Amino acid sequence: MFEIKILGTGCAKCVKLADYAKEAVVELGLQASLEKVTDPEEIMAYGVMQTPGLVINGMVKVSGRVPKVEEIKEFLQNVE
Amino acid sequence: MDRLLLWFADLVVYKLFNITEGTRLGESLDFFIYDSVKIIILLSVMIFAISVLRSFFPPEKAQQLLNGKRLFMGNFLASVLGVLSPFCSCSTVPIFIGFIESGIPLGVTFSFLITSPIVNEIALVMLFTLFGLKIAVLYLISGMIIGVVGGIIIGNLKLEREVEDYVYQIKMGEIHVEKLNWKQRLEFAWEAVHDIVNRIWIYVLIGIGIGAVIHGYAPAEVLSQYAGEDNPFAVFVAVVLGIPLYSNAVGVIPIIQALIGKGVGVGTALSFMMAVVALSLPEIIILRKVIKPKLVIIFVGIVGVSIIFTGYLFNIIL
Repeated sequence: MFEIKILGTGCAKCVKLADYAKEAVVELGLQASLEKVTDPEEIMAYGVMQTPGLVINGMVKVSGRVPKVEEIKEFLQNVE
Repeated sequence: MDRLLLWFADLVVYKLFNITEGTRLGESLDFFIYDSVKIIILLSVMIFAISVLRSFFPPEKAQQLLNGKRLFMGNFLASVLGVLSPFCSCSTVPIFIGFIESGIPLGVTFSFLITSPIVNEIALVMLFTLFGLKIAVLYLISGMIIGVVGGIIIGNLKLEREVEDYVYQIKMGEIHVEKLNWKQRLEFAWEAVHDIVNRIWIYVLIGIGIGAVIHGYAPAEVLSQYAGEDNPFAVFVAVVLGIPLYSNAVGVIPIIQALIGKGVGVGTALSFMMAVVALSLPEIIILRKVIKPKLVIIFVGIVGVSIIFTGYLFNIIL
């Protein structure tokens, strides 16, 4: 079970990142929860200043850019 | 490349569309095709290069570099980093909180936050394309000076209490700076080109279209009378008009170019554009989330006055 969080205050790039993350999860056939974090306080708690941010199982993987689906797949496969 | 583009535009207009040379329609259309092809190509190439450079300077790195820097040096460095650090306006809130939380003075933080949007890379490229290196450099330098001065003034006014209280209570996690490899950098740059060109091409075309009409049809005497260097209110009106427009207004730059050709002051044009990119309404609304109304007003006031001043200065010296 993966816990994916998208950090962002709701700009277009955050939506795109969420879509890519969903796609990566589906393509790998994984079980995952996806949550959008919009509260600045919580975003800051991850040490992220640039949105969008991608957090997988509590670890910040990306901040300030939208990675490709392939890259997100690699992150997911390398967890654990 | 310039000659090739001219040749291409001439070919399309006079040979393909069979329009007689020297007519107003022909001239306008020629101008439109030449300008749009040139701008789209240059914009893509230069945004790619700028984005690769910028991928080395994320705001997190700016924050680390600014830590412990004091007045003036701190403001200057913040301004330089403001030019180099890429961030979209949606990251303004986390960046502001991150800077304040790590103990960077309010004035230094503002130098960063003023310069970063004022020196807009799209605007820089458009100015370079349409007006040449001199104007582009002047824009860059004056944007940085406004950032430094604005930050120093805000720093001296001791406005720490005008920051929303919750900002000081936020505890930030360990800063995460991503290490990018070259493949990721190039992808990031390519995404930026794709993203920006996709977002603005239509406005650029519309702008060039209107510019082309002005180029071919507008009477120069009327324009220079109302918006020329001699009209003392031109800069002021340009800045006020610029505030409600948002970044899509880069499409306005080709219009401005055509207007300058008809006698509108260069300073007027520059200050209009700075107002568009630095004092946009969405930007102000975002800032309001982290600072109280009084500081918002001071911010708009300082930046607005600096931009107006820059406009007059350029109208006088150029």
